[in-house]
Amino acid sequence: MSNVIVVLVDGVAYGMLLFLFAVGLSVTLGLMRFINLAHGAFAMGGAYLAVVLVNDGGLPFLLALPLVFMATGAAGALLERGVIRHLYDRGALQQVLFSIGLAFALSATATIAFGPQQQGVQIPSWLMGRHCVFGVQISGYRVFLVAAGAATAAALAYLFDYTLFGARIRAAVDNRVAAEGIGIKVDRLFVTTFAIGSALAGLGGALSIEMLGLDPTFAFKYLTMLLMIVAIGGAGSTEGLLMAALFLGVVDALFKYFLPEAGSFVIFGVLVAVLVVRPHGLRGRTA
Amino acid sequence: MTGASAAARSRLFGGRVGIEGATLVLFAGAIASYFLFPNHLALLTQFLVLMMFALSYDLLQGHGGIVSLGHAAFFGLGAYAAAILARTGYNDPLLGLAFAAVLSAVVALVLTPIIVRGNDFTRLLVTLGVASLVYEAANRMRGLTGGADGLPDFEIAPVLGLYKFDFEGRIAFIYAFMVFAMVYVFLWRVVTSPFGLALRGIRENTRRMPAIGSPVRRHLAVAYTLSGGIAGMAGAVLAQTSRFASLDMLGFERSAEIMMVATLGGSGHMAGVSFAALAFGWLKDVLSTASPKYWQLGLGIVLMLSVFVARGGIGGLLDHLRFRRSA
Repeated sequence: MSNVIVVLVDGVAYGMLLFLFAVGLSVTLGLMRFINLAHGAFAMGGAYLAVVLVNDGGLPFLLALPLVFMATGAAGALLERGVIRHLYDRGALQQVLFSIGLAFALSATATIAFGPQQQGVQIPSWLMGRHCVFGVQISGYRVFLVAAGAATAAALAYLFDYTLFGARIRAAVDNRVAAEGIGIKVDRLFVTTFAIGSALAGLGGALSIEMLGLDPTFAFKYLTMLLMIVAIGGAGSTEGLLMAALFLGVVDALFKYFLPEAGSFVIFGVLVAVLVVRPHGLRGRTA
Repeated sequence: MTGASAAARSRLFGGRVGIEGATLVLFAGAIASYFLFPNHLALLTQFLVLMMFALSYDLLQGHGGIVSLGHAAFFGLGAYAAAILARTGYNDPLLGLAFAAVLSAVVALVLTPIIVRGNDFTRLLVTLGVASLVYEAANRMRGLTGGADGLPDFEIAPVLGLYKFDFEGRIAFIYAFMVFAMVYVFLWRVVTSPFGLALRGIRENTRRMPAIGSPVRRHLAVAYTLSGGIAGMAGAVLAQTSRFASLDMLGFERSAEIMMVATLGGSGHMAGVSFAALAFGWLKDVLSTASPKYWQLGLGIVLMLSVFVARGGIGGLLDHLRFRRSA
């Protein structure tokens, strides 16, 4: 019995990691309707930055996280201003081609700069230990992930659903012309939103090194999974995404424990099945 | 300006999808290459396979306006179908080709209902998801597919019982060329038929097509089935001529590449797409033997630039040349 609880806790932690990893994508996709297949590559960029800051720069891991968040956010803002804003009114195909190209280029750059080998990051020892919670052994890092995920979800839900900024964003997405007509500076809103999305990608990447590892294939390895989680959660919906990520994390952990031969086949099967039944996700904002 | 509008006119009316000069050059070049580069026949065979695969995807994206990020699933399915059939002893190449085509077409037909509905975004996701599912299935079914090691060591019987696949790859090239020519002529017939015109109508305006009585779903189902079947044939030819089937034939990178080739070639322009496949295959060979990581970097940069320059693709360029000359 206590085994099942450990597996469930693992699943929840993994789900939170998936949430943190995918939430930036949900923001850019759901709120801006930009199909960013380079999201995995942004996360990879953030992860490599964390590795450099912690392992070479000697910064503590927890201090590196906000720096990564800001740096990838700034990079995202520059990219949006420079290139991506020209792609909003193009078709899905153009956005996909551009962002795949960007992902290939970033992945190749990572190979050139860091080599193809796996990278690790130094986690503070107080996070590495195992703690006993209600008679169940849980690693500190998992608790940390769950807390970070919950905090991020709460902050984003507040930002997008309860602030003026969030209301403006939703207005601009629903009807850009009308939003501009009542004086909302849509251009500026979109830069900020894209920067938030990129910053969250970088943060998610940095947080996932410990559990998923890091090498240049990172840019594509989890992309399908991320896109599917966002699709199921309903792009732009923080609660939907959280539910989808937790559900998948738990399903994945259960299958890994009870039926390891099935591998990620089950996950993709579940994802495709949900998409077939509910093509717009569990609670989608976009049509 | 006149060139561009003339090109648009030619694409909308009459549907002359570049069968004139560019196509003749393509076929003459393919035949000439057999005599000019006798030491590179294996590579040339791969180019033919890539062109077939690109044309199969172009039927969907270029003509029907259906985007897919998982077309390699059909290519890989065909490759594995041919390889597995050959390993069980039925190693006649044409039988394998037919089996691969039918199997991929049937799978495509079964998948149609979940792919033709929805918008571009859900379509991209579903195709990507299905392709990942097929990839994982092939990875897991080690006994059948060899998993990550691939499926080597199978013999292919002589074509028509007469022409044995030789070490230099001559028969392989001729076999691939014949299949390619068949596919090209078949697709050209398809896209210039009323059905092809209806497909382009769907691409231009999905909502108005039902209003003129066009069965959109049925047309898309037919296009998807044909496209899947031809992609399967391309995969089968690759597996049979290289005597190898592997997981990367199903992979995401191959799906992304073919989307890029079809777009760079100029969606809906058969000769343009073929030339794009050729150029892509050649560049990939040259650059990836020089350095795989710079190849990937170059590929990424070309992809990003392609969105902003050369919007008609190679096909647009060919049309431009043709119409300037005739004007």
